[in-house]
Amino acid sequence: MNQTVSVASTKPWIAGDAPPFVRIHKVSKKFGDFTAVDDVSLDIYKGELFCLLGGSGCGKSTLLRMLAGFETPTDGRIEIDGQDMAGIPPYGRPTNMMFQSYALFPHMTVENNVAYGLRRDGMGRAEAMERVSEMLRMVQLGGFAGRKPHQLSGGQRQRVALARSLIKRPKLLLLDEPLGALDKKLREETQFELIKIQESLGVTFIVVTHDQEEAMTLSTRIGVMNAGEIVQVGEPNEIYEHPSNRFVADFIGSVNMFEGRVTEDEPEYIKIDSAEAGGEIYVGHGVTCTLNQKLWYAVRPEKLRLSRERPAAASNAFPVYVEDVAYMGNSSIFQLKLPTGRYIRAAKPNLSRYDEDGITWHEDVWVSWDDTAGVVLTL
Amino acid sequence: MTDVTPADAPVPMRDADRSTAWRGTAAVLRRVGLDGRSLVIAIPFVWLFVFFLIPFLVVAKLSLSEPAIAIPPYLPIWEWDGLRLILNLNFENFAYLWSDALYVNAYVFSIRVAFVSALFALLIGYPMAYFIARSPEPRRTLLLTLVILPFWTSFLLRVYAWQGFLRSNGVINNFLIWTGIIDTPLVMLQTNFAVYLGIVYTYLPFMILPLYANLVKLEESLLEASSDLGGRPLATFFHVTLPLSTPGIIAGFMLVFIPAIGEFVIPELLGGPDTLMIGRVLWHEFFSNRDWPVASAVAIAMLVVLVVPIMILRAAQAKAEAD
Amino acid sequence: MRAGTVLLIFTILGFVFLYAPILSLIVFSFNESQLVTVWGGFSTKWYSALLEDPQILGSAWISLQVATISATFAVMFGTLAAYVLMRFRRFRTRAVLSVMITAPLVMPEVITGLSLLLLFVSMEQLIGWPAGRGMTTIIIAHITFSMAFVAVVVQSRLSSLDMSLEEAAMDLGARPVRVFFDVTIPVIAPALVAGWLLAFTLSLDDLVVASFVTGPGASTLPMVIFSKVRLGLSPEVNALATIIIAIVAFGVGVATWQMRRAARNAG
Repeated sequence: MNQTVSVASTKPWIAGDAPPFVRIHKVSKKFGDFTAVDDVSLDIYKGELFCLLGGSGCGKSTLLRMLAGFETPTDGRIEIDGQDMAGIPPYGRPTNMMFQSYALFPHMTVENNVAYGLRRDGMGRAEAMERVSEMLRMVQLGGFAGRKPHQLSGGQRQRVALARSLIKRPKLLLLDEPLGALDKKLREETQFELIKIQESLGVTFIVVTHDQEEAMTLSTRIGVMNAGEIVQVGEPNEIYEHPSNRFVADFIGSVNMFEGRVTEDEPEYIKIDSAEAGGEIYVGHGVTCTLNQKLWYAVRPEKLRLSRERPAAASNAFPVYVEDVAYMGNSSIFQLKLPTGRYIRAAKPNLSRYDEDGITWHEDVWVSWDDTAGVVLTL
Repeated sequence: MTDVTPADAPVPMRDADRSTAWRGTAAVLRRVGLDGRSLVIAIPFVWLFVFFLIPFLVVAKLSLSEPAIAIPPYLPIWEWDGLRLILNLNFENFAYLWSDALYVNAYVFSIRVAFVSALFALLIGYPMAYFIARSPEPRRTLLLTLVILPFWTSFLLRVYAWQGFLRSNGVINNFLIWTGIIDTPLVMLQTNFAVYLGIVYTYLPFMILPLYANLVKLEESLLEASSDLGGRPLATFFHVTLPLSTPGIIAGFMLVFIPAIGEFVIPELLGGPDTLMIGRVLWHEFFSNRDWPVASAVAIAMLVVLVVPIMILRAAQAKAEAD
Repeated sequence: MRAGTVLLIFTILGFVFLYAPILSLIVFSFNESQLVTVWGGFSTKWYSALLEDPQILGSAWISLQVATISATFAVMFGTLAAYVLMRFRRFRTRAVLSVMITAPLVMPEVITGLSLLLLFVSMEQLIGWPAGRGMTTIIIAHITFSMAFVAVVVQSRLSSLDMSLEEAAMDLGARPVRVFFDVTIPVIAPALVAGWLLAFTLSLDDLVVASFVTGPGASTLPMVIFSKVRLGLSPEVNALATIIIAIVAFGVGVATWQMRRAARNAG
């Protein structure tokens, strides 16, 4: 008999038997009149790689700094591993932080930078240096111990910052936009390295980022923030495929959003009449709503299909004009114009190297999607 | 509509023509090495060369002259005898400086006073600069203005104010006697102590400003990183703040030390008859003894002493510029 | 006690140290008694005495003229020097210019004074100019050391100036000279004003250099003050000090108010 590992044991937020490692309870932070963090409650479990995702000014960095101890909450409580962090300064917390600017000490060598935390704890020089070489090897900076930060590239500096923050084996590592300064290729490589390191060391990571791709790649769970509040918490695919409100649907990835009114409300399906789309949209599952209620329908570009003829069996199909095609290499993005004047986007993977007969600019085609391809949002 | 300009009317020079003519002249000048750039460089350069550099050569020349009762009070160091150029280089002035203990002591004393004063200015100025640099606006600008404000009021008057403070019947003594802490007035004026005090007081802004300029650039994230890694405030100061403020410390120290060596006003007004700093010596050599050659020799010797500190200052300034 | 509190107390004490003598000058300028440091009652008689003293008034007038002229030229030359050092990459005389523009900052005044006097004497012997020493020689001397201070202020401003402003002007067709007057100067104008004020103050305040290079009949205000003060305390000087402090404080107040207004308008 196949023994499948129970989902619950790798996802403690579902199993619910282990207590949360980090408990943020009704935390607010006000700067004068401005509320940066508004009544946030969040539970993060041991071993997670949790991402706080949001645009600039949403409060994610402030929340992170409160975890680190650089800001004190105006209201609420923060507990790490069961211990209340109130009144504990940064140097007394079981957390370490990796700064967005890396904050490497410019007057110290790589070695001394990484050893700094150990030395402040009273470790002897010889022992500390041994730990440092081990750590540097782990981040693949073996021969760089004697260099100074200004002699390193951006990617190398980032790894020194990572080594420095991990060497004390903190219970919780806080990362502020860790990959923001790297170029795309380096970022992709480093993302996987980061996950590998986190899993091998078993440290709980909380990452703050505005890059949704990064959040999706790295996280076990994502917490989307907007204007100081948490708008949705969930695993990456939950956030992407089941956004709980329009903000999340729009923020993550691209989405085509239509506003409409419920015209038919049945247990197995509903119909939405959308002036923007120019017709009726058929949703193939029941939705908690009332007749005539205003709501929104969100469908992602990759769920849309294009065809020259109207597809016979499609529950949702609209005629469109192909105004622009953006060739992205691995996929193509079609900018389509509905008869109502609204623009929507469709994405198609480029499955073949040759596509002479593919749909192209200035064609009149049909766009269609399954009745379960979209999400109905009431918020 | 046809153009109705009469055939013999003067043709106005159009912009294009004007610039061509100008370009032609400029091309000629450039070939001689006189382009716009050189001219711009030349203005400050020539001024400083004539009025700053050459004077030192004149001083050097004079330090090798013999004093004389004449106007000006020295003999020329060269004279023509037909086609023969006779050089009369008199190194006696330097020998005189070296042999007379007065001068050697004055030099040593000046260096000591300047050094100690700079040190005290550092001890007082560093915490002040640190506090101001880490203050939030608008308090920071206010404090900085308060530091600079005394500098705008007359230096001479501020030294004079200390005279009033330190006299036997001055403000401090009056206060101490009135409160009964002492019975007889303390002798504070015309002492070495007063000179130290005066120098620290008047040069304090020169110490604070470079320190401030350095400390204000210190990134908060570095201090936070140190704290996050387990460094308590004192450890953060010694391991992060202090090392990174070294260029500011050197610059501030030199900006006080170097000019303080040659101070005249402070030892003259606040010091006693035996507070002989070399600047005072030079003044009296020149004005009281009317011995221009010896005064020049004193100046040259002072310059020799100052060369090394000036080089250190320039190195610190270059480093600060590079950051 | 927290480190922050210690620092605050220290800083307050530092400022008390800095300002106590200045305050005492002001207080005792209103002293009835001749004994400057013993309070004899309130009086403004020293101010009247001051305003009737021809020596002080005459020398003040000379000092003001010297300060204005030398500050103006110092700003021009100092700005040029700063611009040249910051904007021109390499030129043959760069190292020498760099040394010459920074050395006056720390050069002891007795050396500057002596060397300039000797230069003037030699020049008089060689070419007949300057014929005798007086206001002209003082002005020349002041320009020379003030321009170094102006250069520091302007260099500091230029280093934080966005080069792309000047590049944009050149891209639009302006020649370097035009760029300098149309773009650079207006943008760094506050630094130029600060430099002018600095040069003005240095000139007004100079005793040592002026004493060396001046001639008969040209006594500057510091020289007159010094001769009075050498002999002991003089309440007239207190009154003068108070007036100067008041002018300076007023000037700084106006400048700060202007800056706040400008910041508010820009923001």
